[in-house]
Parts: sequence; C-alpha cells; structure tokens
Amino acid sequence: MASHRDLPAGMVNHLFTNTGNSSFTEFVGSYAPELLPGRNDTLATPVGDRIPHATTIVAATCAGGVVMAGDRRATSGNIISQRDIEKVFRTDDYSCMGIAGAASTGIEMARLYRVELEHYEKMEGRTLSVAGKANRLATMIRGNLAMAMQGLVVVPLFAAYDPEIDGGRIFGYDVGGGPYEQYQHHAIGSGSIFARGALKKLYREGASPEDTVLTLIQALYDAADDDSATGGPDVTRQIWPVVAVITADGFRRLSDEEVAQYVRTTVDGRMNNPDGPVAPLR
Amino acid sequence: MPFGYASPEQIMRDKADYARKGIARGRSVVVLQYEHGILFVAPNPSRALHKISEIYDRIGFAAVGRYNEFEALRLGGIRYADVNGYTYDRSDVTARGLANLYAQSLGQIFTESIKSMEVEVVVAEVGDTPDGDAIYRLTFDGSVFDEHGLAAMGGQAEAVSTRLKERYRDGMGLAEALETALAALTEPGGERPPVGQLEVAVLDRNRPHRKFLRLPAPRLERLLAEAAAKSDPAAGATGQPAPGTGAQAPGDPATGPEGDIDTGSGA
Repeated sequence: MASHRDLPAGMVNHLFTNTGNSSFTEFVGSYAPELLPGRNDTLATPVGDRIPHATTIVAATCAGGVVMAGDRRATSGNIISQRDIEKVFRTDDYSCMGIAGAASTGIEMARLYRVELEHYEKMEGRTLSVAGKANRLATMIRGNLAMAMQGLVVVPLFAAYDPEIDGGRIFGYDVGGGPYEQYQHHAIGSGSIFARGALKKLYREGASPEDTVLTLIQALYDAADDDSATGGPDVTRQIWPVVAVITADGFRRLSDEEVAQYVRTTVDGRMNNPDGPVAPLR
Repeated sequence: MPFGYASPEQIMRDKADYARKGIARGRSVVVLQYEHGILFVAPNPSRALHKISEIYDRIGFAAVGRYNEFEALRLGGIRYADVNGYTYDRSDVTARGLANLYAQSLGQIFTESIKSMEVEVVVAEVGDTPDGDAIYRLTFDGSVFDEHGLAAMGGQAEAVSTRLKERYRDGMGLAEALETALAALTEPGGERPPVGQLEVAVLDRNRPHRKFLRLPAPRLERLLAEAAAKSDPAAGATGQPAPGTGAQAPGDPATGPEGDIDTGSGA
C-alpha cells in the first residue's frame, strides 16, 4: 500500500479513490491484496486428502423458484473431520451457493462472494443480473486454478431466483470456471453421481417447493447410501441437511424442525422400502 | 494559493463560511429514532441520485450538500465497511469506526485543501435494542456530534431541528415518526413535499441480515394515512398547527425548494 505522502491532498487512504468499477474483489486486490484467497505462492506439495473436504450438494428448480440442499459431512481421507459442517450459503436475498471440495477455500470463497454481490448492489444502487452473478463466481473459481491443481479444488453450485423468468436458475462450474447453466436439477461433490440418478427419477417439473425439498432429501439419502464421504441424516445427534428455498419472497433457510419433518418422511418410507420411492416404469 | 498574507483564522473562517453557504442552499434531511430502529427522511425530487444509502448490515448514511462530494464519501464508506467486515467479522463493522474515518477525511480536506467539502453527513447504526442505536452527525470540518435520538442537517437545519425536538418523543411508531419528521421538515403554514418527492428509508432492527430498507411511495402513503387516522380523533389537539394559521416566517421556506445545488442532477 502506498504511503500517505503519495496521495492527493485530503485523502486519508485509498478508500476514497475510485477504482473504476464496483467490484469488491478488484478493489481489495489493489488495496489489500493479501486478504484475497488464492494469491499466495502455490503450495510446494499437493495437500490431497489431508485437509477437510466438503461433499454433496443438490439443487432443483420448483414452481416459482429453486431449492438447494447439502449434507453435513466433511472428510479428510477416510476420517470424518466434521459432522455438522454447513455448505450451503446465502449469498444475497435471491441467491445461494453450495460448495464441494476443499472446505476451507470454499467457505472463504462463499464469504468473499457474498461481499462481492452486496458491494456491487450498494455501490451501484441496483442488483446484479443472475447471469452477472454467475459470471462473477466463474472468475473467482478461475482465480483459484493454481491452488486447485495442488489439491485445493473448490467447485460450487450456484442457484438464484430470476425475476425475469419468475423462476429459479442453477449454474454449475468446474475447476477452470464456467458457468454452465443447468436445467431442472444438478448435483456436485463426491456423492453427486448417486444423487443425480435419484434426481432424474424423482424430479417433477413445476412441483411445489415442499415437494422439491422432499425430492432433494431423497436424493441426498441415496448419495449417502452409496458414497462414504456423504453424510446421511444423523438421527441420534439430530443433524439434518441444510435446505435453502429461494422464491420471489427471497432466500429462506428451512429451520431444523422443518427439515426434520422431511427427513422423518424419508426415513419412515425407507423402513419398508430401503431403496426409496419407485419411479413408474411407463 | 491566496495572494499576500492572510491569517490562519481568516482562512479558516472563510472556508467555513463558504462551506456553510453551500450546505444551507440545499433541503434539510432528518434522521430520528423510532420504535424499531432509525428512520431517514429526505425531500429529494431525484429518484436516481440518493441522499440516503445503505453502508453495511446495520449502518445507514444520509447526507446534504454537494452531490459529487458526499457520493465520494458514501462510496469510500462502503469500501471501508466491506473491507473490515471481510477482514474480521460482519459484527466488527461499526458506525463509530466509520464516523472516525469520515472525520479524518473531512478534517484533513478542511485544513489542507483550498476548498472544504460542502457536505454534512449522518452515520447511523441500529442496535439489537434502542440503547444500542447510534446517530453520528459530521460537519464539513470533521467535527463529530454524537446525537441522541434525532438529527437534522442542511438548509435551515436549526429551525428544523427545533421543530423536530418539540415533537419528538422516545419509542414512536413508524407512522408517527414519519409524520413527526415531515412536520419538522415543513415550515409552519408551508406545504408538505409530495410523497413522490420523498426519499425515506429505515434501519429496522427486526429485519434479518441487512437492516436497511427503502420505503416506496405507496408504503409512505399508507403510513401517513395511518398517522392521520390516529391523530384526527383527538380533534386536532395534537399540537400540530393547522395549515395557514401559523405565522409565516420571513425569508425562504425551510424546505428551500429553490435549492440549486442539492439535487445533483443539474450542473
């Protein structure tokens, strides 16, 4: 940071200098670059499985919005490093993101992304378009590419309510960025293969938010069933998935009591039918 | 630099007079506490150029004077808040820190530049309880005033402030607080600014996440109707002078509709 002597008269610091756009990341990059993730020297050796990894996130559109859910497990190799980690984050009033991959980097990215969206909104007096938000996240992931190559991979899933179409939209990413818009439903993380299989069979176009929440809980159950890194509902400790519903009314995270209802329905059903609901053959 | 010798006292006095004149040309802005937080009211015909703005989760900003100058302060304040909230935690961003930053900047410009800033700023923070609320008023020379419950600034600030103090009481409802603010902003016997030309926002402590909320015109109309319904059954004994009966004060009306600097949309 430049010393005060280099500044125009009356400027206490660079906070009052116009950086040319309304991006928080750009501003911090010039003002205090050490705060940003992924700008440090790359790691000498890959970290691999030694740090906690977040696992499965699922999302699906519903009537007038979108629902996202994530399990609560973080793993370091074969160790369960946390049972109640939260991987679905509110990013603004009409959007949220879920993270899979290195938990630490992912959480930091979600925090930065939230500030990024709010910063633009306050500076410009308007909200970013959904496409604008999705693109902004892609740039952040691309910035993390060097770290991703050393094992600190973060792949988010982004979901938002778009007032233009009065419905939900879902965007997927890879380590190089993106975004890839996904229609109807999408899943990321180690259990995503199994969750996606379940979603394909259980997704109903234009279903109510309540039904869609149940679909996602079922999909997470299937992921936990077959993937060791995905946590199922922890009945003894009362730890339930994090579920976020975004509609025209804004972002809402369901309370533990509400999620418990859906989990109970799912678990009760599976007592008789361990593989879950059967989709019609014809 | 000025030619010849001028005493420091003279220079400071000239700068202060210059700034005061600039600020006095604009309309007033009122900030006051109500039951659930803090209310900002500004007569402002422009819908694009705001005088009231959100800085952070619990912090709001209101300003009078030259638009480009207070806009620079507003943007700097948002950067300060976002950088600090990101570095530490969202709860570590306070109005006091922001007021100090503004005081530093305003004070330095006042002493070092030929022209001081022609602005007056309020930084307000809403707490979990009314005791946690804070309203700081900053003037062009970097002085900070820790206001209790209410603050008025801009053209005719003193008259507005007096009227506001007469009507203000602790723990008013939103409708009553809005009515109080408008009564204070209006010269006795003067005409109230139409709802479409008001910029009103609240910091509501009951909102989740971000407390700042702009109140659109339809909501304002409902609130004013509610306030009128409450005060009417009292047979006009609410201490508000009926229009036309108050003695017309000489000079410009308090709301200064001729203000040529304030809107920022002109020159």
